[in-house]
Amino acid sequence: MIMLFYIAAAVAVISTVAVILQTNIVHALIYLILSLLAVAVVFYVLGAPFAAVLEAIVYAGAIMVLFLFVIMMLNMGQQSLDQERSWMGPRVWIVPSILAAVLLAQLLTVMSQYNYELSPTKVDVMEVSALLFGPYVLAVELASILLLAGLVAAYHLAKK
Amino acid sequence: MTFEVGSGLSIAVILTTVIVVAAMLIWVERRLLGFWQDRLGPNRVGYFGLLQVVADMIKIFTKEDWIPPFADKFSFVLAPAIIMSVILLSFSVVPFAPGVGVVDSNIGVLFVLAMASLGAYSVMLAGLSSDNKYALLGALRAAAQMVSYEVFMGISILGVVALSGSFNLREIVLAQTDGWYIIPQFIGFVIFLIAGVAESHRLPFDIPEAEQEICAGYHTEYSGMKFGMFFVGEYLGLVLISSLITVLFFGGWLGPSFLPPIIWFVLKASAFIAFFILMRAALPRPRYDQLMTYGWLFLLPVSLVNLLVTGVIILSTQ
Amino acid sequence: MLTLVKDTLTSQVVTLWRVFAHLWVKADTVEYPDVQPYMFPRWRGRIILSRDPDGEERCVACNLCAVACPVDCIALQKTEDEEGRWYPEFFRINFSRCIMCGFCEEACPTNAIQLTPDFEMAEYVRQDMVWEKEDLLIDGTGKYHDYNFYRVAGKKIGGKDKGEAQNEAVPVNVRSLLP
Repeated sequence: MIMLFYIAAAVAVISTVAVILQTNIVHALIYLILSLLAVAVVFYVLGAPFAAVLEAIVYAGAIMVLFLFVIMMLNMGQQSLDQERSWMGPRVWIVPSILAAVLLAQLLTVMSQYNYELSPTKVDVMEVSALLFGPYVLAVELASILLLAGLVAAYHLAKK
Repeated sequence: MTFEVGSGLSIAVILTTVIVVAAMLIWVERRLLGFWQDRLGPNRVGYFGLLQVVADMIKIFTKEDWIPPFADKFSFVLAPAIIMSVILLSFSVVPFAPGVGVVDSNIGVLFVLAMASLGAYSVMLAGLSSDNKYALLGALRAAAQMVSYEVFMGISILGVVALSGSFNLREIVLAQTDGWYIIPQFIGFVIFLIAGVAESHRLPFDIPEAEQEICAGYHTEYSGMKFGMFFVGEYLGLVLISSLITVLFFGGWLGPSFLPPIIWFVLKASAFIAFFILMRAALPRPRYDQLMTYGWLFLLPVSLVNLLVTGVIILSTQ
Repeated sequence: MLTLVKDTLTSQVVTLWRVFAHLWVKADTVEYPDVQPYMFPRWRGRIILSRDPDGEERCVACNLCAVACPVDCIALQKTEDEEGRWYPEFFRINFSRCIMCGFCEEACPTNAIQLTPDFEMAEYVRQDMVWEKEDLLIDGTGKYHDYNFYRVAGKKIGGKDKGEAQNEAVPVNVRSLLP
């Protein structure tokens, strides 16, 4: 089980790096989807099947589809590929690499100080729902009001 | 090796059966369409044309597997693989009979929805990588259609989930021992049926591949076995939707005990496959904007009201 | 919205049922190479040249069929025998061009050129689609059994002088003063 976690985590990390390094935007998007699916597997292994499947449905299945939809409309050709390549020069990497290195160092120190025992507790759909409509009901209702506003706005825009 | 849920034998048997059935559907569909259109259909190869599938397979395997030079090879090759694998993965949570199945998952319904939403990538990548205007138009239509109808599909299932109190498809079947969910969830069934047809983009909702308007839509540039994967994938989707309707609304393998459970499942699923083929024979294709209007202005409110009423009834009877 | 629901529930369901009921309707098609379909006598298929009841060629090489042909697939050359009877020296139909419109049959004053119910006209070699008079000419009278052009026409040929045709008066002698 723990091996599955490490494999999925490695896939997620590698594909995320590939997202950054890819110059072809469609390929980058495919790697991003792969990364999200790998994260879903990580959730599943850690005992949160509901979160895993929602990750697959909402992020990989719906939001990324919209990304791809927009890319289809934009007609990215060889020109955008060359532009992307020209942006990927070595000088661009300096600042982000330093920042990422700092973050990584922090993460490593935190992880080395605390010795977590990985013991997944299974959180089922029922418990998630009970929490959502119990202690967190206010947040859920606020989010739903936000979504309703979005829905009304979309309806208004589509009416025109 | 024993034949039980999740054993290697059971997985192998289910995989081969599902793929062979999907391939045989090519012949079944053409034959049934023939009968409904006062024709005979393919009947030359073997008895009643039964070997037509073999002939088709030989043809499709020996065809030139052509990748256009202007296509994006990575996505082009990936696309047909996605649809086949995604639909075959969905079959893993379908409970065919007691003891027959691949996985007994607690999130079966959600898994099917997740796989259905991933299936949209196949169509979109195929259209986008082909670098062809018909393919692109087909992919645009497919993306909008699949993302929209996924929503209604999910909401229409929620009534069943609320009634049975489980996302596990096997438990949903067992919860229907007292009565099939077709009766309390008739509206949910109709919406699921319509959304299922749209999701597997079969006629009358084959707008992404409407031959008369946009050639073959997203698989215009495909040939050989890559096209074959799309083709068989469509029939696999048909089998999947029929199985899901059987499981969710018609009691799965449940039935009078003079026939074994698996036969009941096959009978019910076959009836729905035949119904889908009948829809293809009878109904004309709507326009793209009509499909969208119909979905968002009619199916969405109705499915939400259905879910609300179901919830109220469940709470009031508890 | 209500009309939409009504359309969905009635029209579509009725359509589905009507198409389903066709399961019990006999197929209109026949298994062609094994079972020959019934062809109507007036079917416009392969073109033939017929003969009159006496066994002579009906065609008088008037060229009306070639003129009427919209795709110009008919070619012929007129000639005469020693008795003054007209007939085509050659008569050529290019079936790879022919559209089976039947205009030639309608134009023909002697019922010589006729379209038949034979539709199996495929050939492996394109040159074989060009048919000469020997190929086109049949031994029978085709669709019109009694018609003989020279027997009703006033033209003088060997064995039939002017005024001897059916329903034809003897020619007026313009040099005579008698009534």
